Amino acid sequence: MIPGKFDYYAPTSVDEAIDMLVTHGSEAKILAGGQSLIPAMRYRLAVPEVLIDINGLTDLNYLKQVNGHLAIGAMCREVDLEESDVVQSQYHLLADAAEVIADPLVRNQATVGGNIAHADPANDHPAVMLAYDATVVAKGPSGERTIPIDSFFTDLFESALSEQELLTEIRIPTPGANSGGAYVKLERKVGDYAIGAVAVQLTLAADGTVAAARIGLTNVYYMPMRATGAEAALIGQDPSDEAVLEAAGIAAAAECDPSADLRGSAAYKRDVIRTLAKRAITKAVERAR
Amino acid sequence: MAIYHDPSKPKHVADRVEIKTKVKDGASAEVPTTHDVTTTTPKEICGIGHRMKRKEDPRFIQGKGRYVDDFKLPGMLYMDIVRSPYAHAKILEIDASEALAMDGVLAVITGKDLEAHGLHWMPTLMSDTQMVLPTDKVVYYAQEVCAVIATDRYTAADAIEAVYVDYEPLKPVVSPFDALKDEVIVRDDKEIRTNRIWHWEVGDEAATDAIFDSATTVIKETMYIPRIHVSSIETCGMVANYNPATEKMQIYMTTQAPHAVRTVFALVTGLPEQKIQIISPDIGGGFGGKVPVYPGYVIGAVASLLIGKPVKWIEDRSENLQADSFARDYHLEAEMAADENGKIVGLRVNGLADHGCADSAANPSKFPAGLFSICTGSYDMKAAHVNFDAVYTNKPPGGVAYRCSFRVTEAVHMVERLTSMMAHELGVDPAAYRMNNFIKPEQFPYESPTGWEYDSGNYHAALEKAMEMIDYDGLRKEQLEKRERGELMGIGISSFTEVVGAGPAKDYDILGIKMFDSAEIRVHPTGKAIARFGTKSQGQGHETTYAQIIAEVLGIPALDIDIEEGDTDTAPYGLGTYASRSTPTAGAAAAMAARKIKAKARKIAAHLLEAHEDDLEWNVSQWQVKGSPDKAKTIQEIAFAAYTDHPDDLQAGLEATDYYNPPNLTFPFGSYICVVDIDKGTGEIHIRRFVAIDDCGNIINPLVVEGQVHGGLTMGLAPAMYEEIVYDENGQCLTGTLADYLVPTAVESPKWETGHTITPSPHHPIGAKGVGESPTVGAPPAIANAVVDAMWHLGVRHIDIPITPEKVWQALRDAGVTE
Amino acid sequence: MSQHNVSININGTEHSHDVDARLLLVHYIRENCDLTGTHIGCDSTSCGACTVIVDGRAIKSCTMFAVQASGKEVETIEGVADGGLHPIQEGFWEMHGLQCGYCTPGMIMCAKTLLEKNPDPTEEEIRWGISGNLCRCTGYNKIVEAIQYAAEKINQPEAASA
Repeated sequence: MIPGKFDYYAPTSVDEAIDMLVTHGSEAKILAGGQSLIPAMRYRLAVPEVLIDINGLTDLNYLKQVNGHLAIGAMCREVDLEESDVVQSQYHLLADAAEVIADPLVRNQATVGGNIAHADPANDHPAVMLAYDATVVAKGPSGERTIPIDSFFTDLFESALSEQELLTEIRIPTPGANSGGAYVKLERKVGDYAIGAVAVQLTLAADGTVAAARIGLTNVYYMPMRATGAEAALIGQDPSDEAVLEAAGIAAAAECDPSADLRGSAAYKRDVIRTLAKRAITKAVERAR
Repeated sequence: MAIYHDPSKPKHVADRVEIKTKVKDGASAEVPTTHDVTTTTPKEICGIGHRMKRKEDPRFIQGKGRYVDDFKLPGMLYMDIVRSPYAHAKILEIDASEALAMDGVLAVITGKDLEAHGLHWMPTLMSDTQMVLPTDKVVYYAQEVCAVIATDRYTAADAIEAVYVDYEPLKPVVSPFDALKDEVIVRDDKEIRTNRIWHWEVGDEAATDAIFDSATTVIKETMYIPRIHVSSIETCGMVANYNPATEKMQIYMTTQAPHAVRTVFALVTGLPEQKIQIISPDIGGGFGGKVPVYPGYVIGAVASLLIGKPVKWIEDRSENLQADSFARDYHLEAEMAADENGKIVGLRVNGLADHGCADSAANPSKFPAGLFSICTGSYDMKAAHVNFDAVYTNKPPGGVAYRCSFRVTEAVHMVERLTSMMAHELGVDPAAYRMNNFIKPEQFPYESPTGWEYDSGNYHAALEKAMEMIDYDGLRKEQLEKRERGELMGIGISSFTEVVGAGPAKDYDILGIKMFDSAEIRVHPTGKAIARFGTKSQGQGHETTYAQIIAEVLGIPALDIDIEEGDTDTAPYGLGTYASRSTPTAGAAAAMAARKIKAKARKIAAHLLEAHEDDLEWNVSQWQVKGSPDKAKTIQEIAFAAYTDHPDDLQAGLEATDYYNPPNLTFPFGSYICVVDIDKGTGEIHIRRFVAIDDCGNIINPLVVEGQVHGGLTMGLAPAMYEEIVYDENGQCLTGTLADYLVPTAVESPKWETGHTITPSPHHPIGAKGVGESPTVGAPPAIANAVVDAMWHLGVRHIDIPITPEKVWQALRDAGVTE
Repeated sequence: MSQHNVSININGTEHSHDVDARLLLVHYIRENCDLTGTHIGCDSTSCGACTVIVDGRAIKSCTMFAVQASGKEVETIEGVADGGLHPIQEGFWEMHGLQCGYCTPGMIMCAKTLLEKNPDPTEEEIRWGISGNLCRCTGYNKIVEAIQYAAEKINQPEAASA
């Protein structure tokens, strides 16, 4: 399993990288962590003519709390999330996900940005970022723009990024008071994609009801998806009420559309989503209290 | 150098090497079971029973092992293989012109090229035939279609993309039940147009039917033991190095059976056998997958022969998972009968074996379904009958191995599932039920209804020990309490009997070659030794354990004995390492050859001591005058004299060879108990505890045996819960990468708790039985029984392995249980 | 296909070669530098047999191009010990943490960074920590014990050797 031939470029600045994207267009692929791209190239499922390696863009390798959000630079590795006190103490949903993505060796190299830019519904971060209502920052020849996560994913492996744009940063709003989040994933074994997974980020009102909630689902739709029905079933309700949880779980199961594969039948995956949604909500509520 | 894992003082007992038991036809009624591993040699010598650290490890932990892909010969070329995207298709045309025009591409070898040399077909180990490269049609997905030879592996990989093959797809037959209909014929090279390969029966059908007719309780279950793959972390590969000047073909190769491979190569290619040297270097795991000769090996050898340069071929993981070494794939319909007292009286099995496109099983040739007829297991019953058919399908050749090649796993899974089902059906605790149905210790040697003579056993002792270790009664109480609360917890037992050590020459051969194995020991003048064997370790630790056997007999420190295997130019002929046969056969040969040396040493000692041979006695590492330990000659002194001062009537040297023909097979056994908790919401199974008590007879090295058991247990867990090779309706393999074929990690694999009892084999020179396969054979039914045990009260009777969360979820939903 | 001159410090020695852009780091280590202790077991970044340490972090060298490692410090099994055996190597030998030895170098490299990050890991942390490395022989029990042995020896060098 040997990759096809390509030309390799290692820009030293974001602007240089964008120039290369402009020059090579659809022939080029960005190489960040490479943990999805390189295996795809080894199977020759991906045969890019040009690789633009952004690992040298060390100014994109950051993870910092600024202006009410967590800023994750494009070259921030998954392992950085695990090692970050800020993430571990304030971004529980993200911390949960960081532990169950692929395996520890892959996480040492894989990037958060790559996980999102790949727009694979089987990846874990898309659902997490949907639940967080994150913002993607992209830079292209005409400058920088921000893309709300709700409009970022457009299709299977397709995003709002143009061929000439580079994802430079992801911004996660800092959870406010009485907020909590959780990621609950069912996988066949370590390193596998999810049979199904649920990302929940919610805020409780003073009376204990759910004031706000966003829920993302992993690997149960042709593209990354939000479970807006499940969110609606929660908002304004008492999440300690088993009937409320069940309603949210049922809603999530109804609105996803998993396909049958070796990970299970569609019926199984739907029911897994129902169960995991309840568990993720319960965990998020515990953290919000 | 510290050679000990555990510096605790060894216990001494009387010389156990020559076991004093009544031996009649290779069996004994008086074999006591013990619990402590004992030693007769001090730790400086490290004979049998010592926890010696492995001698082979320093090279592995420093990255200095030498595996096939590590060999780089001058001028070496690389081979890559074009494989079929169809399970069944006619080949209309192969256009290699673009590939041949590429820089660095030397040749493209097709079936037509091999046909010119009569090498497009080869025999399988079961005397069937298999294509090396096709001339007309392909019969499985990922079948070798043609091979590219290039100057480096990157160029070869590019070139296979530039070979264009025009196929005419044919309807494939994927299900063995469809194959029986003979609507699509897989092998149209055969004279008779049928997919049926063989029919095989064992046992007394009429007697079994009569038992079933008069039985009080009969249970019946359909089971599928799915196709799985060993997936050793090192794939298969070779470097073929033909030297046109010497006309010698030297092949570095991932093989567990180098000598047999040499003979097969000689017969297939017509090369003189002395001009073929097979070198099996360090092997990165075998588990049976490196016993067969795969087409790639033959193509690579032919390429080197034709081009006159070394050719390297290393499979990638997808090739390995899609085209080699499949195991199991047995469909079973099994019935068990019990009398009015609940006693098991009979077993009836109908089986359908899916062999893929060739019968390439590595069974002894008289046993088409291997040793499946061991299926009455650990239970004393009156009659049994096994009825089997085997068919071809459009899948890669099956029936190879997965840490057990002889179908014992399939048999044990079936009988252990049925036994637990019967206990539940009768409302008896599965442990008590086993105790009441076991063959009793006094019944050994035991004649089974299907014709086996079990050498020794004490099944009660092993199960008792397992129950005590896990607190079985406490667990049953906890289970009841949990059930009250609606929680699902299960306890599963498997009390398996294995059959290994093939085998006695009168019944056991592969391609006509009898299944002996061999040892050759040379003691050097300074008292150090080298020993060579016909087997080939793939991680089992032969360099340590064989040395310990010789150390036990001769008193030469195990560290002073080098062990070599795998080079057919130097090692004595043997059938290789698989089916847990190395200790029963080559291990026995080591002891027997050492005894020959010990006998010669006695003559030399008598000469040196000016005493009569009969007046000498052996004491750990020296021959001494009886009653006068100060009048002694150490083995080292004797070795020196063997070359410098030997008696006139004796030839110089201190060497011996033994080709050991075992009088019977050995029958290791064990009892495993597994505890599971089940998640009602997702169907996930959590193995909370797993206790394994193994009895493999005398233990040569407890550290090595523990390692073998742990590894075997994880390879039992894997097919029980994770691994299956899956094909779609077109015969395309859906599990062709390690992302889809789920080899367990350290997280899935539980912390194994192990122990042993020791019931020696009465016919083996050192009372050992073999252990590598046992846990892989015994673990799956313990896990399956635990899962079903958790849900029996809900009406769940059986779930086929691999028991995935979805299957559990489905069973729970069918029973109306949900979270 | 672009060609690149790479310069990689492997185990303290500078290696420099002209390579194709697509040359995988694992092939560079094994074939250009003849360091064959790093192994290859899969094509899907699943098995970890090729684990090496790049700038302090354990990664799968089959999923990085050699050109990406240019200018970096790479540590392989051949460079683990500073004379004699590293405590992790010793632990693998002492506790029978290997059988066929094929996954062993990758396991040891992974364990090395695991202990650097977490000098006193629990059994569960070790199991999760090595979950990117497959072993087919040992059932993992004794690999866990080997890493525990090493942790103890590194933390209390005298106690473990006594």
